[in-house]
Amino acid sequence: MNPTATALRAGVRRGVIELRQSLTNGADLWNHAFWPVLMLVVTYFLRDVSFGRTGFTVGALALPGILGMNAAMAMVTMSQLLTADREDGTLLRAKATPNGMLGYLVGKIVHVSGGLVVDLAIFLVPGLFLVPGLVTGSPDAWLTLAWVLALGMVAALPVGAVLGSVFSSARAQGLLMLPILGMIAISGIFYPVTALPGWVQWVAQVFPVYWLGLGMRSALLPDAAAAVEIGESWRHLETVGVLTAWAVLGLVLAPIVLRRMARRESGSSVARRREKSLQRAGM
Amino acid sequence: MTSERVALDVEGLRMRYGTTDVLHDVTFHARHGEVLALLGPNGAGKTTTIEILEGFRLRSAGRVSVLGVDPAHADERWRARVGVVLQSWRDHGKWRVRELLHHLGTYYSCYATDEVARPWDPDDLVAAVGLTVQADQKVRTLSGGQRRRLDVAVGIVGRPELLFLDEPTTGFDPVARREFHELVHRLAARDSTTILLTTHDLDEAEKLADRIIVLDGGRIVADGTAEELAQRIAGEDEVRWTHAGRSHVRHVRESTRFVHDLFRRHGDAITDLEVRRASLEDTYLSLVRRVEAEGAAR
Repeated sequence: MNPTATALRAGVRRGVIELRQSLTNGADLWNHAFWPVLMLVVTYFLRDVSFGRTGFTVGALALPGILGMNAAMAMVTMSQLLTADREDGTLLRAKATPNGMLGYLVGKIVHVSGGLVVDLAIFLVPGLFLVPGLVTGSPDAWLTLAWVLALGMVAALPVGAVLGSVFSSARAQGLLMLPILGMIAISGIFYPVTALPGWVQWVAQVFPVYWLGLGMRSALLPDAAAAVEIGESWRHLETVGVLTAWAVLGLVLAPIVLRRMARRESGSSVARRREKSLQRAGM
Repeated sequence: MTSERVALDVEGLRMRYGTTDVLHDVTFHARHGEVLALLGPNGAGKTTTIEILEGFRLRSAGRVSVLGVDPAHADERWRARVGVVLQSWRDHGKWRVRELLHHLGTYYSCYATDEVARPWDPDDLVAAVGLTVQADQKVRTLSGGQRRRLDVAVGIVGRPELLFLDEPTTGFDPVARREFHELVHRLAARDSTTILLTTHDLDEAEKLADRIIVLDGGRIVADGTAEELAQRIAGEDEVRWTHAGRSHVRHVRESTRFVHDLFRRHGDAITDLEVRRASLEDTYLSLVRRVEAEGAAR
C-alpha cells in the first residue's frame, strides 16, 4: 500500500479510537451530554410558548435551530482540540511520524464529526418527543438534514482548524468564545432572526451559524413556517452558496495555516508553552 | 558495531536568532552505529543542534547531512528512518500503551525494506522497554520513568537507523536511569542504531557514548572518547597526605612528579598518601571554566 493510503487508513482508525475514548471516560461524556441536555431543558420550557400569530411554538422553531448551532460549534471543538494537541505535543508527535500530519488531520475530522453526530442524537431523539409539530415522517426531511449537516461540516471544520492554528493557547481559545457566542445570539437560533433590526440580520447572514439553523429548520419544519424567515423562503440556494463560500475559504486557508503552524513546532516550542501554562496555573 | 559509513555529517553549522548567535561553526560527524553524546551546560546549544538535525528547525548557515539527506528538505521516506525522543512529551494521555505503539507503527509499515522489517511488533516493543505489565494501562497513569521508556518505544517503533535522544533521563531516579542505560546499550549493540543523545550529565555521557562532544556557548570545545578527553585536557589530580600529624590536600597537574618531590623532601615522614586521578567530571569542569574565562576576557 502506498504511504498516503496507509496514512489515510491510519487516520480513520485514529479518529475511531479517539471517538471511543471520548465516549468511555467521565469528563468527556459530561462534555458530550452537557449542552444537549441543557438545550433539551430550554426546548422543554419553550414548547408551549407560541410565536406571534404564526401558529408555531418557539420550541418548534428553536429545536432545528439548536441542531444547526451545535453543528456550527464543531468549528470550536476542532479549534480547541487542535490547540490542546499542540500544547501537549500530540501535533509534534504527528510531525515526527512519516505522513503523520495527514493521519492526524483525518483522525481529527473523523473524531469531531463522529462526536457531533452523537451530540446531535442526544439532543434530537428526546427532542422529537418533547416538541410537537415537527416534520419527521418524510424521507425528504432527513435528506435535507443530512446534506445541510454534511455541507455545514465541510464549512465549519477547516475554519475551525484555521482558528485552532491562529489562536495558539488555551487562553486565546477562551477569548475566542466571546465573539462566537455573540454570533450565535444574533443568528436566529432561539428566536426568529426577523424579530431583530435589519442591520443585525445582515451581519448574521455573513456567518455559517445562521445558515445552518435555517437549513435545519427547512428540514424539520412544515413549509408554512418559512413565513417567519427572511424573504419568507427557506432559501436553499443561498444556504448552499454561503456555506460553500465558507468551505472554500476554509479549505484554501487551512492547509497554508496548518503547514505554517506545523513548521514552527519543535521540542523547545512545546516545552516553552508547557512552562508558560505551568506558570499561569501556579499563579 | 561501528562501520565507516557516515550517518551524521555537520559542517560549519551556524544558528542565529535575531542578532544573537547560538551556534558558531559547529562541525562534527558520526559513523553508522556510533553512540554520540552531545554534552554541555544548559544553554550551550545542544537542543538547537539536535532540532536542526531532526528537521524541526531551519539553520542559518552550514552544511548538514543526516543519513545522506539534508533534513531541511527531507521527505517522509527519510522521516521513517529517523527516531525522535524529545525532552517533554505529555501527548496521547488517554491512549493505552500498546494501542498507541500499534497505531503509530502502522505509519511505518509501507517503509519496510528487505533489511529492515518495519514496524516493530507492539508486544515485542513493549517487552523491550520493560512495559509489559503496563501495556494496557492508559498513558497518563504511567510514572515518569515509565512514560520516558514509552517515549523511547515510540521513537524506535519504526526501527530507525538513527535515533535522537534529547536529555533522555532528566528527572529519573537511579533505578530508572540504570534501566534506561541498559535499554540504550541494547539498541546500539543489537540493532546497530546510530544514536545522538544530549545530556548535561557527564556520568551518563561516559557510560553511554562511544564518543563525547562538548558544546559550550554554541561552540564545540572538545570531541573524542572519554579517555581522550581526559588526556587531552589536563585535569588536576587530587593528592592527599599526612605529614607531621597534619593532613594536606593539593590539586596538581603532574601528580607523579609532585609525589616524587614530596618524598624527596620529607622521606618516610609522609603517611596516608592518596592520589585520585582527574575524573572526566574534573576535566569537563576545567574545560567549561576555561572556555568561560576566555569568553569573559574577550
